[in-house]
Amino acid sequence: MSYFLELVGSGLTRGSIYALIALGYTMVYGIIQLINFAHGEIYMLGAFIALIVAGALTIHGFSGWAILLLAGLVAAVYAAAYGYTLERIAYRPLRNAPRLSPLISAIGMSLFLQNYVMLAQTPDFLPFPALIPEFAFMEPVAHIIGSAEVLILATSAVLMIALTVLIKYSRIGKAMRATQQDMAMARLVGIDVDRVISFTFVVGSVLAAIGGVLVGSYLGQINFTIGFMAGIKAFTAAVLGGIGNIPGAVLGGLVLGLTEALAAGYVSSAYEDVFAFGVLVLILILRPSGLLGRAVREKV
Amino acid sequence: MTNRIKRWSSIAFAALLLPSLVLAEKPPIVIGVAGSHSGDLAPYGIPTKEAAEMLTADLNAKGGLLGRPVKLLVLDDQCKPEIAANVATAMVSQGAQAVIGHICSGATKAALGIYKEAKIIAISPSATNPALTMGGDYPNFYRTIAPDDKQGQMAAAFVTAKLAANQVAILHDKGDYGKGFADAARMALEKDGKAKVVLFDGITPGAMDYSAVIQKVRHAGADAVIYGGYHPEASKLVAQMKKKRIDIPFIGPDGLMGSGLLTIAGANAEGVYATGPMDVARYPLNQQVRAAYQKKFGREPGMFFDQGAAAWQTLVAAIQKAGGTDYAELERALKGNLVETSVGKIKFDAKGDAEGVGFAVYQVRGGKFVEVK
Repeated sequence: MSYFLELVGSGLTRGSIYALIALGYTMVYGIIQLINFAHGEIYMLGAFIALIVAGALTIHGFSGWAILLLAGLVAAVYAAAYGYTLERIAYRPLRNAPRLSPLISAIGMSLFLQNYVMLAQTPDFLPFPALIPEFAFMEPVAHIIGSAEVLILATSAVLMIALTVLIKYSRIGKAMRATQQDMAMARLVGIDVDRVISFTFVVGSVLAAIGGVLVGSYLGQINFTIGFMAGIKAFTAAVLGGIGNIPGAVLGGLVLGLTEALAAGYVSSAYEDVFAFGVLVLILILRPSGLLGRAVREKV
Repeated sequence: MTNRIKRWSSIAFAALLLPSLVLAEKPPIVIGVAGSHSGDLAPYGIPTKEAAEMLTADLNAKGGLLGRPVKLLVLDDQCKPEIAANVATAMVSQGAQAVIGHICSGATKAALGIYKEAKIIAISPSATNPALTMGGDYPNFYRTIAPDDKQGQMAAAFVTAKLAANQVAILHDKGDYGKGFADAARMALEKDGKAKVVLFDGITPGAMDYSAVIQKVRHAGADAVIYGGYHPEASKLVAQMKKKRIDIPFIGPDGLMGSGLLTIAGANAEGVYATGPMDVARYPLNQQVRAAYQKKFGREPGMFFDQGAAAWQTLVAAIQKAGGTDYAELERALKGNLVETSVGKIKFDAKGDAEGVGFAVYQVRGGKFVEVK
């Protein structure tokens, strides 16, 4: 039983990591139906910026929590700027192009950002400081789930709720939903569609950056390639939960994480990906629009 | 006016003459240097490239080899088999007469067939997969480092004899190098019978989290972990083992040695064991080459620098002895001739492995790898 609990703890940990990154993915897709393949790279950039800021703050003698908050803040601002620029130069010019064009443009931006960080920073792995302190009260269960894991899980949950509220109840959220339903119509009723989409990218990038800081701090190492794997797994999680659906991203992440951990624990960790993608295939066969996704009829 | 034309034309004439002066020199001997020079495994390949470049510049300054200049053809394979095959084709088409490389076993394997077709000898400083020599498929392959199964056997013996482990968990990264090491360790343990292999499993390199497999190690009741793979995953494993409060010895191959594990895993690396090439600092040629490097770059050379230098030294000595780069002559010189190198006095056995090189066990103590006596 305790072995099962340990595996569940491990599954929740990695599931919440996937969920955290999948949130941004699914939100951008929900509004403009674009799979932003550069999302993983924004996550990686966020981690790098946080590392630089954390290094500088440590020299100036800030305390752990202050560093985590400030580094997260700076990373979020930077990532927002990257997300905004990305949308401006790579996606906006292709707004009316066939759907394949922005997809290819997204892959191009992903490759560009990876190589840019490799050249500007380093091709090596870098140590990332453990910014999340270990709580003393967690010690009895530390072998099952640690402090950093709990923080990541809680952050995913809070962000999920905040995003849902933002989209459901705020003015800009209403504009986002209108844009999603019909871009031309939204324009006719006076919604600045370009501004709404830029905002969507900014929020998505902030989420990715927060993920980068927390996950970097949990894993203790980063390099320019981490965005790729994170992006693939988060994308899988988003599809699993129903792409475009915000609670679905979190659910999809957790299902994916638990599947992997249990498969690794009871079968073989060499084949955990086989099980993860096997579950994806199964769910897509049984529920083509994902766990929480609603079947959408193509607009004519 | 006419004067100026005359002056210009004489300059132009002189400029025309220059290339013919260069042509008058003998054609260079082209030696390929292939390995990972970029990407996350670049730290394994760059030291060999630097060694070859430094030694070649020195040799050319002294008049070259057999009266001919030596030209290096440096190509980057990023340790990826698919790129390595392209690199090998480029080596052949650009006229490399022998190759130092490749660095990673998987990439080396992908390149060797192409070299074999073209009758080109390759000497790797670091590709330690046993099958590369033992398999007998690549008679054109040599290496200045001992194969993995020696490392795996050493790790197995160390775990049972020195660490007194009875139940061993073996993990690997599913790659040629990591799995080769893990297989050899498992075979040695099973043959020896002193300890049981309670877990043998692969992990996915680059995956975000290894806590599930770590729980599995605990569940299996292992009292030591043998890991076959490279330092990025090893760093993650030791850090997450500490997080999950599992305190058992961790031993890996020479892919863990070097500064990578020390900087990334930091304090978590403390106590980690790794098998690695024997200490070669006592050889005079080694000290000499390292001192030259220190003078030129102002820092200590990185991973496989000595083996890289040795690959260059054995190759140059063989070309000297053979009087050229004829395949059969080179083969005879490499196998029959003891050469003073950065890793000691070596020659190659019938399969292409260097006689006289081997492994020792190291442990991280105080942020440094120290040999365990």
